Amino acid sequence: MSKVKFKHQGIQQIKEGIYQADQNRIEFDGKQCPLNELSLDVPVSGTVYGTLLNYKGEYAKLESSMNDDPYKAPPKAPILYIKPINTHIGYDAAIPLPEGFDEVSIGAALGVVIGKPAKKIKKENALDYVAGYTIVNDVSIPHESFYRPAYKEKARDGFCPIGPWVLDRDAIGNPNELGIRVLINGELKQENTTSNLIRSVERLLEEVTDFMTLYEGDILLVGVPENAPLAKENDSVKIEIDGIGTLTNKVVKEKVVVGGGIV
Amino acid sequence: MRHARVAYNGLIQNAMDTEEGIQLEDGRIVEESEVTWLPPVEPKTVFTLGLNFADHAAELSFKEAPKEPLVFLKGPNTFIGHRGETVRPGDVTFMHYECELAVVIGKTAKNVKKEEAYDYVRGYTVANDYALRDYLENYYRPNLRVKNRDTCTPIGPWLVDKEDIDDPMNLQLTTYVNGEITQQGSTADMIFSVPHLIEYLSGFMTLNPGDIILTGTPKGSVDTKVGDEVITEVEGIGRLVNTIVGEETFQTN
Repeated sequence: MSKVKFKHQGIQQIKEGIYQADQNRIEFDGKQCPLNELSLDVPVSGTVYGTLLNYKGEYAKLESSMNDDPYKAPPKAPILYIKPINTHIGYDAAIPLPEGFDEVSIGAALGVVIGKPAKKIKKENALDYVAGYTIVNDVSIPHESFYRPAYKEKARDGFCPIGPWVLDRDAIGNPNELGIRVLINGELKQENTTSNLIRSVERLLEEVTDFMTLYEGDILLVGVPENAPLAKENDSVKIEIDGIGTLTNKVVKEKVVVGGGIV
Repeated sequence: MRHARVAYNGLIQNAMDTEEGIQLEDGRIVEESEVTWLPPVEPKTVFTLGLNFADHAAELSFKEAPKEPLVFLKGPNTFIGHRGETVRPGDVTFMHYECELAVVIGKTAKNVKKEEAYDYVRGYTVANDYALRDYLENYYRPNLRVKNRDTCTPIGPWLVDKEDIDDPMNLQLTTYVNGEITQQGSTADMIFSVPHLIEYLSGFMTLNPGDIILTGTPKGSVDTKVGDEVITEVEGIGRLVNTIVGEETFQTN
């Protein structure tokens, strides 16, 4: 039993409930509601920052070319990018597959939700600045180079499902040992764990807030594991993170998606 | 019309420029020096162009101009208003300003063609897109540690209606450091014009009202020091004043 904050579609205020993982349902306002009967919206409204190359396996794949052009040296500080507002969609909303593409890559990310302004914080008390955790699907058009910012590949409409809720920070003992799985049409396609992070959640928060402030409601993605699975039209994509829940979305051709649904 | 967002006696208000002074939306007319200037548009999605002037690309030793726009995004933490203070960290050896025309989107734009692009523009303002070159790394370059630091993107003072600007692609850009001209150029020398950028961006994502595009800077980037007053000016749009301060100004111990 874990405390969660979520947002019904079409209702502004945030609701609190209890997530019952074994039943995959939440209890709120004295009701028990299975997850698939709820119409959920994006549970936060801040800026979403992604982190590149923070899984050991992802880093290892690039390591042999880090001293060559165009990279010339291994990275020193966290490499961030932004998933802008047009990319944010909620639980169960359709991921639009853009015209001219057959597949998108699925970036299964733990999202750390900030609880209060964090600037130049230290790793020892970094979790004091965390409100909770959510699941984020950092969808991309597959690409190889990390030299230039990849917004054409990462900032397309609907390319950042977030949800289903924000799980209270205290429900997770250690965010650096959470199993992450991606299932496509029910089949397990990827399995990893946040114990493979290069920078732990706390260290990442220290190093990021050394150069920029994170505000309440912002989400910092801790990274995307190597070998991101690909999804094609009509695939059902499910990301599971231990203790937090599952984020489910379907890939649908962009021209038939309207407002997160299908016409 | 020139619009601003200001704080006056504890109240945040929209304001406009009049002959008598700054008129607040409650009708009062006040002096420019009496208000705290905020970014004229509350930043949401903000795009920035790298290497969008051939002379600046050459200055940074890029032999070839880019074949498609080099775009990166900024977060809300980096923006400050006119007459604000920007922090120069103690360990930095090269921190330069970048005078830029900023385009504010006026209505939702998806798959817009160049020819219709100005229909989607609300107006223009001035930005100073500071870069701290010591922190440059070749991953998602220019990385956020260089370009998205707190206080490092002054913007304003005015949002100028597009109807008031005859040709946004022919405006002088000028930077003054402590009163001396250090950077001069013209929006006529952009590699990718404003209509081209709107076509490019809206071709793969939706632009929303209030989104801002910083269109890049010409050559003439020089190091700035603590205490310098930096004014970035775009002809017909405004003069954006900023002062560089040291980290100690922001430290609380």
